[in-house]
Amino acid sequence: MWWDWNYAWSIVPELLRAIPITLAATLEGFVLACLLGLPMALAKRSQLRWLSWPVTAIAEFIRCTPLIIQLFFYYYALPSFGIVMSAMTTGVIGLGLHYSTYLAEVYRSGIDSVPRGQWEASRALNFSRGHTWLRIVLPQSVPPTIPVMGNYLIVMFKETPTLSAITLVELLTTAKNIGSQSFRYLEAFTLVGILFLIMSYPSAWLVRKLEVHLGRRERRAASHGR
Amino acid sequence: MDVKRKVEESAPPIVRYKGISKAYGDHQVLDHIDLDIRPGEKIALIGPSGSGKTTLARLLMTLEKPTSGTIEVNGEQLWHMERKGKLVEADEKHLHRVRGQIGMVFQHFNLFPHMNIIRNVMEALVHVQKLPKAEAEARSLEMLERVGLKDRTHHYPSQLSGGQKQRVAIARALVMQPRIMLFDEVTSALDPELVGEVLDVIKNVASEGEMAMMLITHEMDFARDIADRVLFTDGGRIVEQGPPEQILEHPRSERLKLFLARFRRHFGDSADVMTAVGLE
Ligand SMILES: Nc1ncnc2c1ncn2[C@@H]1O[C@H](COP(=O)(O)OP(=O)(O)OP(=O)(O)O)[C@@H](O)[C@H]1O
Ligand SMILES: [Mg+2]
Repeated sequence: MWWDWNYAWSIVPELLRAIPITLAATLEGFVLACLLGLPMALAKRSQLRWLSWPVTAIAEFIRCTPLIIQLFFYYYALPSFGIVMSAMTTGVIGLGLHYSTYLAEVYRSGIDSVPRGQWEASRALNFSRGHTWLRIVLPQSVPPTIPVMGNYLIVMFKETPTLSAITLVELLTTAKNIGSQSFRYLEAFTLVGILFLIMSYPSAWLVRKLEVHLGRRERRAASHGR
Repeated sequence: MDVKRKVEESAPPIVRYKGISKAYGDHQVLDHIDLDIRPGEKIALIGPSGSGKTTLARLLMTLEKPTSGTIEVNGEQLWHMERKGKLVEADEKHLHRVRGQIGMVFQHFNLFPHMNIIRNVMEALVHVQKLPKAEAEARSLEMLERVGLKDRTHHYPSQLSGGQKQRVAIARALVMQPRIMLFDEVTSALDPELVGEVLDVIKNVASEGEMAMMLITHEMDFARDIADRVLFTDGGRIVEQGPPEQILEHPRSERLKLFLARFRRHFGDSADVMTAVGLE
């Protein structure tokens, strides 16, 4: 049983139809991770122990257990507590929550990279805490993290096949279904691999360009001193 | 340029340090400092590295908390406040109110790199003093003109020289009209040829009078020009103080003599320093 071009072409349209749902799960999960990651980073850095400790513990737990276990838990265990979600919703929440713990670390490193002098100047000018965060610290801590965020977006995209475990019909499940109908798996799985490559590679290339660009800007700023 | 004005001897102090101590762990950085600064008075702090000069200023700017002792600003406690007739630790609201009378310029400028020059200067006027934007902008422009940077308002800090950055930082602090301004070695990070332009701006500001100044500096000539009083700190204490001529030319304590002699040796070939130290 060798590669059959005609067959391969014939299944391409069906595979392409699974792309939107794969992308949607990735993007929605990513947006959720970005939104959750920031308050999580702030909570972890907080001086209020009752806030920082539990959040740190929960984040550590989520980060150190496999995504697939979390997905199974949300999809198969939560319904016994009366919480029933569709595969897509579960997938987005699972991905988003899991990666928010990584993005929180990214945000944190961005925040920590803001020089102490920026905080001190804000204090000397009598800015409120909120103003210092929103207008001085965050605008300086987010841009340098953009390339790393981009990398996580790609990682999350490549993680979507895990969602097949909770019956979400994304690329991998579609390929498996095609394969099981015709008993030909070679073409379907190869094509899925190629599709992932075609979509990931340009994104990775873009992220790298962005990184170089931001790096150059950073160096220019640094060479003039702050 | 003679910038000194008569300081009212009897006026109540704008800042009063009373028995201020600061320790990091068991390292005593400031040891029972008593210091009164009168309104409009210009004081210069000199002393060896690690003697506590910066810490003294940072305690007043509320960047650091004293271990013991009190600081009063314009007759009001800085780090403490009254609640139900008892003196308790100041909350952020109290600090915010008292801090409004204090300004600071840092050695490393600490401009906001993501804001252009005019926004760096305006930001606190708009968001702390809540001035209308147009008025804040007009006042900021006026201030930038005073420091000679009116044509740079839409540049970003990274596009300026060190001397220009420091002048922006001075404008940014001045525009808030503090009662006392702290300058912590504001020329130490600059290339030698850029020091003059910054000192000139400060002299110019000093000549206008009303605002008190605390100048931490290694520029003895400058201290002598500007200061009403020079204080020599060593080991967390104010060892000697008095008019610049007395401190710089007729030091009494051995430690000050040693400091000035070392200083002279270190900058031995600089005529400025020789003059300042009185050894021409
Ligand atoms: N955050 C800190 N933690 C521990 N020690 C500190 C801290 N800040 C300052 N110190 C110590 O306090 C002492 C006084 O420091 P300070 O910066 O006030 O000295 P200075 O007179 O300004 O010296 P310089 O001329 O070098 O600026 C130093 O020995 C310094 O190491
Ligand atoms: Mg210092």
